[in-house]
Amino acid sequence: MVKALIITGFGINCEEEMAAAFSMAGAQIEILHLNEILLKGKSIHEYDILNFPGGFSFGDDISSGKVMANKIKYKKLSSGKTLLDEIILFLEAGKFVFGICNGFQILVKLGLLPNISGKFEQEVSLRNNDSHKFEDRWVNCIAENENQSPFLTEINTITLPVRHGEGKLIIKNEAIKNAILDQNLNCLTYSDDSGTATSEYPFNPNGSNLNCAGLTNPSRQVFGLMPHPEAFLSLYNHPNWGKIKRENPATDEQGAGLKFFKNIVDHISKQKSRNES
Amino acid sequence: MSRIQSIQLSLQKSIKDVRGQKLQAKIKDVLNIDCGIINCSKIYNFNIALEDDQLIDFGKSCLLDPVTDEMHFNQLALPDHCNSYLLVSFLPGVTDDEGFSVQMALNDFFGFDESNKKANGTQTIFSQSVFCFENSLSKSDLASIAHRILGNPLINHFAYYPNTTEKYIPYVPTVVLKTDNRVEKVNLELADKELLKLSKDKLLSLNLAEMQAIKEHFLSEETKSKRLEVGLDEMATDCELEILGQTWSEHCKHKEFNAIIHFTNKENGEKKTINSLFKTYIKGSTDRVQENLLAKDNDWLVKVFSDNAGIVKINDKEHFVWKVETHNSPSALDPYGGAITGILGNNRDPLGTGIGGAKLLFNTNVLCFGPPNYDKPLLGGQLHPKQILDGVRNGIEDGGNKSGVPTVNGSIIFDDRYSGKPLVYCGTGGILKAKYQGLPTDGKPIHNGDRIIMAGGRVGKDGIHGATFSSLEIDEHSPMSAVQIGSPITQKKMADFLIVACEIGLVKCSTDNGAGGLSSSVGELATISGGAIVELEKVPLKYSGLKPWEIFISESQERMTLVIESEKLEDLFDLAKIYEVELSDIGQFTDSGFLDIRYNETQVAFLNMEFLHEGDPQKIMEAEWELQEWPEVDASHIDDYNSILLQLLSSLNICSRENVIRQFDHEVKGKTILKPLMGSLGLAPQDAAVMRVNFNNYEGIAVSNGILPRYGDIDAYEMSAGAFDEAMRQIISVGGVLPNQQKNDGIFWSVNDNFCVPDSEYHPETNPDGKLKLAKLVQMCEALYDSSTYFDIPMTSGKDSMKNDFKAEGQKISVPPTILYSMTAKINDIRNVVSSDFKSNGDLIYQLGTTYDEMGASEFNALLGGIGNTVPKVRRENAKALYLKVMEANASRLIESSHDISDGGLAITLCESCFSANFGIDIELNVFKDIDLNAILFSESHSRFVVSIAPENKEAFENIFDSAAYYLGTVNEDGEMNFSYNGAEIVGLETGACLKAWRDGGAFF
Repeated sequence: MVKALIITGFGINCEEEMAAAFSMAGAQIEILHLNEILLKGKSIHEYDILNFPGGFSFGDDISSGKVMANKIKYKKLSSGKTLLDEIILFLEAGKFVFGICNGFQILVKLGLLPNISGKFEQEVSLRNNDSHKFEDRWVNCIAENENQSPFLTEINTITLPVRHGEGKLIIKNEAIKNAILDQNLNCLTYSDDSGTATSEYPFNPNGSNLNCAGLTNPSRQVFGLMPHPEAFLSLYNHPNWGKIKRENPATDEQGAGLKFFKNIVDHISKQKSRNES
Repeated sequence: MSRIQSIQLSLQKSIKDVRGQKLQAKIKDVLNIDCGIINCSKIYNFNIALEDDQLIDFGKSCLLDPVTDEMHFNQLALPDHCNSYLLVSFLPGVTDDEGFSVQMALNDFFGFDESNKKANGTQTIFSQSVFCFENSLSKSDLASIAHRILGNPLINHFAYYPNTTEKYIPYVPTVVLKTDNRVEKVNLELADKELLKLSKDKLLSLNLAEMQAIKEHFLSEETKSKRLEVGLDEMATDCELEILGQTWSEHCKHKEFNAIIHFTNKENGEKKTINSLFKTYIKGSTDRVQENLLAKDNDWLVKVFSDNAGIVKINDKEHFVWKVETHNSPSALDPYGGAITGILGNNRDPLGTGIGGAKLLFNTNVLCFGPPNYDKPLLGGQLHPKQILDGVRNGIEDGGNKSGVPTVNGSIIFDDRYSGKPLVYCGTGGILKAKYQGLPTDGKPIHNGDRIIMAGGRVGKDGIHGATFSSLEIDEHSPMSAVQIGSPITQKKMADFLIVACEIGLVKCSTDNGAGGLSSSVGELATISGGAIVELEKVPLKYSGLKPWEIFISESQERMTLVIESEKLEDLFDLAKIYEVELSDIGQFTDSGFLDIRYNETQVAFLNMEFLHEGDPQKIMEAEWELQEWPEVDASHIDDYNSILLQLLSSLNICSRENVIRQFDHEVKGKTILKPLMGSLGLAPQDAAVMRVNFNNYEGIAVSNGILPRYGDIDAYEMSAGAFDEAMRQIISVGGVLPNQQKNDGIFWSVNDNFCVPDSEYHPETNPDGKLKLAKLVQMCEALYDSSTYFDIPMTSGKDSMKNDFKAEGQKISVPPTILYSMTAKINDIRNVVSSDFKSNGDLIYQLGTTYDEMGASEFNALLGGIGNTVPKVRRENAKALYLKVMEANASRLIESSHDISDGGLAITLCESCFSANFGIDIELNVFKDIDLNAILFSESHSRFVVSIAPENKEAFENIFDSAAYYLGTVNEDGEMNFSYNGAEIVGLETGACLKAWRDGGAFF
């Protein structure tokens, strides 16, 4: 069975719905306070996928995700290593890391995304929305077809809620931008109603560069996005579910957001059974 | 003091300064000051010895965002085009979360041990915001910007630099207090006048009868001999007086709700005496409802009034806890701090109900403000209503969003009379497991020997006299220590910890440290065991120099008091290390009959528990009611209904709240099923919100609110009855069902009543209409009783806030008597709930319920500049009959959309139901007979809905409703709204135009 580890603590607040998502997708789940790893010696290597849910770790102080990233980068485990060292080993073992919203911000500030250089240095940032407001609204996204991310299998377009104040992607320089484009790392973009990527507000809710809503790393093992698929596990989360159901009473009661979780759990399952056989 | 070091973080030149741009526009808009380009940056000041290379290493590694930021060490760097600037910091002792976060990062980076003094407790790193302006601004312009837009002199320190040549002086808000642990003794052998002076000087807010009772108690032989045993004489200690002042405060004791009231109805000469409004009407109604419920085996009322929040049963495994509070006075002084401490404080109520550890499911907020375009001169200490609105909105945003609790329901009301004191109602619902480790969770068991553990934040001078302060009017001299800022992250850590600690059985029970601090929490818990000993020297402080009594009554936020059995202390403290929650063992519960407070060897207080909690003499008050007549409003000249409709749509109390709603996270937790705005455009406003409880079943909770202050100008009884109906019908509208319809049907309803009234104590000079105000309060309570008992819908908790007057410069701005009903009810299957928006072209539209010519205090009359006299009346029998029909229709899934008719009447309701997908409507109003067209369109008669149904369900639907349903017309998809009456078109508008008016009206938010 696929084992999903969900990190919580210090203001993370979407751990329960993320756990519910993995559970519905058929994974075995565990929610652990970050300090269980940092202070109590719990190992991430028992798990197949490491997840950073949304929330407000340390209240977005300094900048969103920064203080949490610092902890992962600098706080020494009893082994003398840092959790980042362990995450690097975790990825070398072919495993997966997933971050949503604040989790995505943490991955970006840790240098896990996009990590074109492979040196785990910060190459992009997620900063204040152009509106300078926190906003909760549903947006349309399109997934890049050329992207081979196992999280995005069979997802072409999807509607999801965004709920953030710091989601605008800013890229350090042209070289990194070109690498993101060349390697199809900008795997999820905000779009208008017709399914075309757009910078127009509020379709693009934050002014994100490349209309980016989500990024992957070159090996496709790390994936982060600003929208919240774990908040769309049921049809009844959709703001227009009444009309959708009226028009098609047989509509699937599952929410489209669940697909991300099913995809990755299926992918890991297959990978595991291949390894076993 | 060590040298102050600093790190400044600013954006690189190539990065758009979004905040600066928005500020520039806002300053121009609000103050008409041209700042030119604004650059914002942050400074962190280090009052801690670091080598320069350490500082640089830390800054580059932990603070700098290498993609967007640039950094400067030990200097203030100004951009090239800066010609004036200002700095905003916190005053000493004010919560500075960001400074603390940097401090934590520093500890992690250098591996400072947690026991190291640098690692916790005293703050050594402070944040500061820098605003650089392109234009040269005068000092007075800078001060206006600082006070009106960037901060508040009650909590912030501002430094103004009108030009850049002036030398920059760093500012570090360390707290310096002279240590003074002495306990002051007060002689109570005083004449009445001196007793009153003592009460006033010490800000005790106690009246003469109360001061006399205290004097009598301390001077009695029995008290004297008991006190002698612990080395105290007949003089009261400062701490004892403070404890009495806090415990007997209006905020904690609800003296007016427990008073004897002599009521005279001057219209009919009727006189009566009410012995406690609370016991008679509020508890009285719930007692009767409980009898009715139990008669039908409906046993879902678990705990009412006796704990921090009401508890009802959702199912065998889960309880629902529900609490609504107000935070009005603090929000008038510092809107952001007032609102955030309001919502966080209210969150701690469900967290500390029963054993504790409920998981918070949602927040609500209902807000009453002065109009944003208020143009009267501001009185001393009065903030502009728009400034209050912005600050409160921001406080609720941070309080809810950063705690991960969705804000799902609310209301915003504008009235001139809220311009002095706003009303800020904060509600929180939570899920409490019915049992922990096999033990029921609703109890609060405490025994002799149980330890008193303080959890969460440290104690400073914050909020001293908060509980008594909320019982006073605000004036120019209000103490600044009454203002606090909440720290959502400190509280989130504590809540995460408490939930786990409770679930694994480490916590015997818990309570919130809110108003009155330890004095209130320990004082109240001690009534269960019969006493307590507290050792104040063990309470961790933010800074030294607090007097013992200050430690005991401080209202420093984010704290809870836990009751722990000695053998579980070690496990509890171990768990707290993981969650990084500070715990302190500060004493124990006893059965001695005394509240025994010590500071090292000094006896600080020794109070008889019975006297403390029962010794407060009952208040006696006078109420007198007479009818007020208002001029009638002449609307006979109205003929352009397009114009009236557009004006109403954009009016303050009707226009879209979208800009506020979107800034509140209303769907974190992934359980929000009916959100405040729905439909394919995400714009259609809804009635009640609906949350699901779990991911693996479809049980849900509907939540609504009812508040109609302007109706009280005509009739306070109908205002209260109407607000009750409004909240109830919203739940019926979304598919809720009335309680107690069948034996053991398991449908809980849980209501909080929150009264906010002006000073209602008669005084010939200062409050000449006090008797009328009190009479209105009595009538509001009567309506509560009548409504609650008629529908078997019980109050489970609530609060009253009694002195909502703002006084300055010899003037008084008093709120209108206001009651809010916050209702919740169980929904059996969230998949069947009904939203307010039309669903399909060709659907048939009906009005359910009867319209009366009741235009009094309507939005329509307000638009015409009057009030009138025919206030909407609730006809409970008719309402119930209709609601049962709605329930029957919903049980057969016949209703596609349902929207309750309220502010603005039928016309507004029809518009709002079109906003989901640019639907239009073709409406024919001739179905209404013998009633004026203005009333048909705009009357706000209660207990009505606009519903739509699929054409194929017409017969089944009409069979149920018969004459209670008025057929109006059909939904079209052309986006055209057409109303006709007597063969003539009276409204012909595009839905888009209506939507635009409605959204433009709310653009100021």
